Amino acid sequence: MITEFGHFALIVGFAVALAQSFVPLLGAARGDAGMIGVGRNAALALFALMAIAMASLIHAYVTSDFSVVNVAQNSHTDKPMLYKVSGLWGNHEGSMLLWVFILALCGGAVATFCRNLPPALGARVLSVQGMIAAGFLAFILATSNPFLRIAVPPANGQGLNPVLQDPGLAFHPPFLYLGYVGFSVSFAFAIAALIDGKVDAAWARWVRPWALAAWCALTLGIALGSWWAYYTLGWGGWWFWDPVENASFMPWLAGTALIHSAIVVEKRDALKSWTILLAIVTFSLSLVGTFLVRSGVLTSVHAFAVDPARGSFILALLIVAIGGSLVLYAVRAPALAGGGLFAPVSREGALVLNNLLMATAAGSVLLGTLYPLFLDVVGGDKISVGAPFFNKTFVPLMVPVLLTMAIGPLLGWKRGDLLGALQRLWLAFVAAFLACLVAYYATSGGPVMAIVGFALAAWVGMGAIVEWAERVALFRVRPGLSLRRAIHLPRAAHGMTLAHFGIAVTVAGIAASAFDAEQIDLVAIGGAMRVGQYEMTLERVDRREGPNYLADEATFNVRRDGALIAVMHPQRRFFPLQERTTSETAIRTGIGADLYIALGDPDPQGRWTVRAYWKPLVSWIWGGALLMALGGMVSLTDRRWRIGVAVKARATGAAAVAAGE
Amino acid sequence: MKRLAILLLTSLLATTALAVEPAEKLADPALEARARVISQGLRCLVCRNESIDESHADLAHDVRVLLRERLVAGDTNPQAVAYIVARYGDFVLLEPPVKRSTYVLWLAPPVLLALGGLGALIAMRRQAGQAGPAPLSAEEGAQLAKLMQTDTPERPA
Repeated sequence: MITEFGHFALIVGFAVALAQSFVPLLGAARGDAGMIGVGRNAALALFALMAIAMASLIHAYVTSDFSVVNVAQNSHTDKPMLYKVSGLWGNHEGSMLLWVFILALCGGAVATFCRNLPPALGARVLSVQGMIAAGFLAFILATSNPFLRIAVPPANGQGLNPVLQDPGLAFHPPFLYLGYVGFSVSFAFAIAALIDGKVDAAWARWVRPWALAAWCALTLGIALGSWWAYYTLGWGGWWFWDPVENASFMPWLAGTALIHSAIVVEKRDALKSWTILLAIVTFSLSLVGTFLVRSGVLTSVHAFAVDPARGSFILALLIVAIGGSLVLYAVRAPALAGGGLFAPVSREGALVLNNLLMATAAGSVLLGTLYPLFLDVVGGDKISVGAPFFNKTFVPLMVPVLLTMAIGPLLGWKRGDLLGALQRLWLAFVAAFLACLVAYYATSGGPVMAIVGFALAAWVGMGAIVEWAERVALFRVRPGLSLRRAIHLPRAAHGMTLAHFGIAVTVAGIAASAFDAEQIDLVAIGGAMRVGQYEMTLERVDRREGPNYLADEATFNVRRDGALIAVMHPQRRFFPLQERTTSETAIRTGIGADLYIALGDPDPQGRWTVRAYWKPLVSWIWGGALLMALGGMVSLTDRRWRIGVAVKARATGAAAVAAGE
Repeated sequence: MKRLAILLLTSLLATTALAVEPAEKLADPALEARARVISQGLRCLVCRNESIDESHADLAHDVRVLLRERLVAGDTNPQAVAYIVARYGDFVLLEPPVKRSTYVLWLAPPVLLALGGLGALIAMRRQAGQAGPAPLSAEEGAQLAKLMQTDTPERPA
C-alpha cells in the first residue's frame, strides 16, 4: 500500500512538474503575479511528493518488502540496516529516484530562498527546474519504475553486490548527486537570465552560493569515491581515469571554472556571457555523466542499465536539454556583452586564465572519454584511451593553474602589478625551493614530476598563507589587531584560503605517490615480509563470521627497528549469497604515511598471498579535498549571500538619483 | 568503476586474486621493475580501461606472463610492447598511438587551449577598443562638480 503511495506520488509529481514548467514561465512573460506564484507552490509540492516517493521506497527496503521488484533484486533480510537503505541507490531505478528527489530538494530550496529575487527571475528559474524534473520523471515512469511489483514475491532478495556494502560507498552517490543536480540551479539561473536578457552583479550574487554548494558536495562525493577505491580494491589505487570517474570529474572541472568566473561577474560586471555558458556546460556535463553511467554505454558495474530504451530516452533528454540551452544561448548571449574593462595582468585576467585552463582540461577529459566510443560508432579503429593519455594532457594544463593560483589573489582588480605580487610571494618561492631540496634528498632523486609536484604544492600552500597573512597584516601590526582583522575578514576570504590550501595538500599527496613502496609475497604462518622500513609477521589466520559473510582474518605484527608498532588485521570476506569474495584491507593511517596490507588467497602449501604497501602522504589527497569542501562551506556562510544589501542599496540609490533629477 | 567490474569477474570464481601474483614475479628485480612499468601501459582486453598491472582477469595474467617471457628472452621494452601489439592490436595500448584516426584526440587539447586563449585575447581587445562608459551629460557634470566641492558628500534627497 505504501509502495503504491510512492508510485502515485511520482505520477502526481510528473503533473506538478509540468505545471511548474509552464505556468510561472507564462506568468513571468505576462507579468501575472498569480501565475508567478504557482512556481513556488509547485516546487514545494513537488519536493513533498518526491519526499513521499523516497520515503515509501526506503520503507520497502527497510521492511524487506520483496514483492517490490527493485527490493527483491537488490536487498536481503541479512543485510545490515545501513546497506538496506543504501541499496536503494545502488541500482538504476533507485538511483534515478534519488536524482529526482535531490532535484526537487533543490527546487524546494530555491522556492524557499527566492523571496528576495525579482519575481520574474525566480519564476523562470523554477520553471526551468520544473522542466528538468518533468523530463526525468517521465524517464522514470516510462522506463525505470522502482515501484513495480512482482506477482509471486520470492522468499528472500538477491542481496546487494558485496563491494557496494561499504560505508564509503553508501554515502558516495548522494553526495555525487547533490553535486550533479545542484548545478541544475545555476543552469536554471543561466537559462532564466538568457530569457530575461539581463545578467548583472546581483544575478552572480544569487547564483554563486548555489554553484558553490553543488561544488562542495561534488568535491566530497568524488573524494569519497576515490577513498573507497583506495581501501577497497586491495592495491591502493585511488584514481584510474575510468570513464565513470571522468563522468564526475568533468562537471567538477567546469564547476570550478564557474565558481571563479562568477566572482568576476559579481565584482566587476565582466565575463557575463562566458559565465552563462559555463553554467550551461557544467550542468550539461552532469547530464552527460548521468547518461554515460546510466545508459549502459560503458559496460561497467555502474551501468546497470543495459537497456536500449533507457539509453535512447536519456540521449533524447540530453539533446533537448543541452541543444535547447545552447541554441537559446547562441540567440540571446550577444545581447549580454559589455561590462568592466580589465588589463590582461589583473585579478580578472588571472581568473580568465584559470577558466581557460579548467575548460580545456574538462574538454580534454570529455574527448578522451568519448573518443573511443566515437571511433567505434563511426566504424574506425578500436583504440583505448587510458591513464597515460590523461596524465599527458591533464598534468601540463594543471601546472600553470597551480602557478597562477598563488599569484592571482595578490593581483589587483582591473590592472595588477605582477612584479609586486611576485615580490610579495618571496616566501612561497623559498618554500617551493626548500620542498624541492627536501624531496630530492629524502628520496634520493625520484621522478622529476614528483619533485615538481612538491614544489608546486609548497608554492600554492605558502601562496595561500601569504595572501591571508597580508589581509590580516600578520606580523606587521600587533597580534591583537591582526586577530581583529581576521575576525572581520569576510568569510569568503577565509574560505578561499582554506580551499587553495586544500589544493596544495592534495597535490603534495599526489606527488608523494611516486615514492610508494610495494611488496607482494607468499607468506606462511609465522613468516615475515618487509615493505619500506617495516617488517610484518603473519601470526595467524582465523575464520570469522559477519552478518552476511564469512571472513579469513589475518593477524600481522608490524615492527619497525625491532619494536612492535601495530597489529593489523586484513580480511578476505566471502559472501555466500552472491558467491563472491572481497578484500577488507587493513590500513594504518598516518599523517606521514599509510601502511596498507591486503590479504589474498592461500596457495596449496598454506602460504597466503599478501600485498603490503607503504604510501607516503597518501591521506593528504583526501584531506586536501576535505579542506577544499570545507573552504567552500566557510565561504557559504559569508554574510553577503544572506543579505541583499548591495541590491537594495543600488535600487534605492537609483531611485534617489531619479528623484533628485 | 572498472575495477568493480574486475572484482565482479574474479569474485565469480570466488578468489581474491589481486593483480600481479607472487608466482608471476621475475627473480631479477630490474627485469621485474621493467615489466611493471610496461604493464601499466597495456590494457587488459576484457576489462574496462584497466591496465594488466591492476587487473586480476585471467587474460591479464596471461599477458603479464607473456610480457615477462619476452623480457627474459632479452627483448628491449619497445620490442616487448611491439610483440604484444602485434598479437592484440593497438587496442591493447592504454596510450593510443599517434596516427590518422587519433590526430583529433591528440591535437584537441593544445588546439582547444590555443583557440580559447585567442578568443580570450580577442574579447579583451574588443572590450578595450570599445569606448568606455558614455561621457557625462552637462547636468551630471554639474552635479559631479558640486559633489567635488563639498567636503562631505551630501545625500541627494
